[in-house]
Amino acid sequence: MDGSRFVKILVCMKQVPQKDAPLKLNEAGTWIREDVSYEVNEPDAFALEEALRQKEKHTGEVVVITAGPARALQVLREALAKGADRAIHLEDDAFVGLDAYNTARAIASAIKDDKFDLIFTGLQSDDYGYAQTGVILAEILGLPHATIIMQIEKTAGGIRVKRELEAGFFQFVDMSLPAVLTIQSGINKLRYATLIGIKQAKNKPLRKVTLAEVQSALGGNMGANLQKIEKLYVPQKSKNTEFLEGPPAEVAKKLVEKLKNELRVI
Amino acid sequence: MDTILVIVEQREGKLNRVSWETIAAGQAIAAQTGWTLEAAVAGSGVAAIASEVASKKLTTVYNVESPRLEPYTPDAFAYALQEFLGKHPARLVLMPHTYQVRDFVPKLATALQTTAISDAIGYRYEGGKLVFTRQMFQGKFVADVSFAGSGPCFVTFQNGSFRADKVEAGATPAPVETVHVDVPDSVVRNRPQEVFKEAKQAVDLTQAEIIVSVGRGIKEQKNIELAKQLADALGGELAASRPICDNGWLPMDRQIGSSGQTVAPKLYLALGISGAIQHIVGMKGSRSIVAINKDSEAPIFEIADLAVVGNLFDIVPPLIEEVKKAKA
Repeated sequence: MDGSRFVKILVCMKQVPQKDAPLKLNEAGTWIREDVSYEVNEPDAFALEEALRQKEKHTGEVVVITAGPARALQVLREALAKGADRAIHLEDDAFVGLDAYNTARAIASAIKDDKFDLIFTGLQSDDYGYAQTGVILAEILGLPHATIIMQIEKTAGGIRVKRELEAGFFQFVDMSLPAVLTIQSGINKLRYATLIGIKQAKNKPLRKVTLAEVQSALGGNMGANLQKIEKLYVPQKSKNTEFLEGPPAEVAKKLVEKLKNELRVI
Repeated sequence: MDTILVIVEQREGKLNRVSWETIAAGQAIAAQTGWTLEAAVAGSGVAAIASEVASKKLTTVYNVESPRLEPYTPDAFAYALQEFLGKHPARLVLMPHTYQVRDFVPKLATALQTTAISDAIGYRYEGGKLVFTRQMFQGKFVADVSFAGSGPCFVTFQNGSFRADKVEAGATPAPVETVHVDVPDSVVRNRPQEVFKEAKQAVDLTQAEIIVSVGRGIKEQKNIELAKQLADALGGELAASRPICDNGWLPMDRQIGSSGQTVAPKLYLALGISGAIQHIVGMKGSRSIVAINKDSEAPIFEIADLAVVGNLFDIVPPLIEEVKKAKA
């Protein structure tokens, strides 16, 4: 990835329910009702931004991929409008229900004819929150990986990445390419799509991959999740929360009274 | 007999204390299932950690040794533990959900053609079946998750899910068995440098008795001032959830959560914080939690003692006045 070299980056992205969308459970209590607003998974947006910045520095190609229903196309459209060069959509409702292992296998099967220098994923998704798909993808592809990345610099032999550790600690790691990185939110500042970008996006290549194609690429043995969500439910409250109600001035008064007399912090 | 293996975490030769929580989880599951409970530590020259762990009620403690396990790399850890599990099979493998574990467990599980239930917060054993609970949709829901495969099944537990002080000591120290693993040089591809701390950490929020913390609900940088005024009135420190620091609205050293500081003040007042898991793990130990949020279903309310559903911009100004009056 030195200045003279073309760098080819794949960004794995996911569409998730919007942060403040009110979510309801389906009747079976196995998943949410899908009639909500969606947006791009936040760390994935940072992963895309980082890929675009690397491409701008070193020239190259940014390819975006997602696995999800027809609605997930929106994530790819936005990515193309921001500057990604082409997109791959593994399109089927069934992709929503895959565990991290099968999602990674599906992605791996769809890119088997591509040779990427770098593969980025967000560090975790806001829906499942597994924080696993990127690392599993690396293992399936036989590539080295590093997680929770806050900085990527080219070196003579590959890249030097900055890993975030817990409690304010960091670590630089030298890696050879190709490699898989999971990207932390806040690694950069996100850009907005320009009008011209939105216009150009319509003419950029978009490859659709069906579930049947994925299954045939995997020899027909995809689908059985290694872990199963038996039931989804609203968490049981462990605390006896007291809700203060009324007009703001009254609520403020009540709250201060409790801070003073019950919690004794004033 | 089925075996539960707890893999404790060491970093640079020191036991990560969160490992005691994982041992507590293992002891609880072992008591209910009747399965054998073992522990392992992987590293280079970590026999002292194995002995420390062996004081607890465990059948055996394994000291998995290789010079290539220091410094930590995901390649060496996954390789060594795969070798170890080949010789000492376990049905269930438990670990704390730390950044280090997150870095190698998905690789290890995949190499063994199995899976990890990550960031679990509890378990149930019903009718001979183990079900693990984990948060989804940023804590808005909880899922019961079971293993569909044959194992070994990996589970990582979120910080604070079990109590470290519930760990039972053994009547006699458990036997420690050293297992040398040969990790070939070619296995380790990454070259990690020294671990370092970046922020000068000007503020030690762990010492604050009162913390006023802001989240996305604060909307704009200029509104931070409002929260600052409330913190000043209360004589507390100002803190924030990750997105606020990512935006540069407050310095990184004021961040609470898994990637920031972990605090337990007398009062934690959360303004416009929804309560994503990564934030909650950094403050759920607070003596009292007050949450103001416009979304009545925000997960922060699950752990709040006092809650106000409403617009923080309506409530905070009179709140500042009332606090000043009460203190006058």
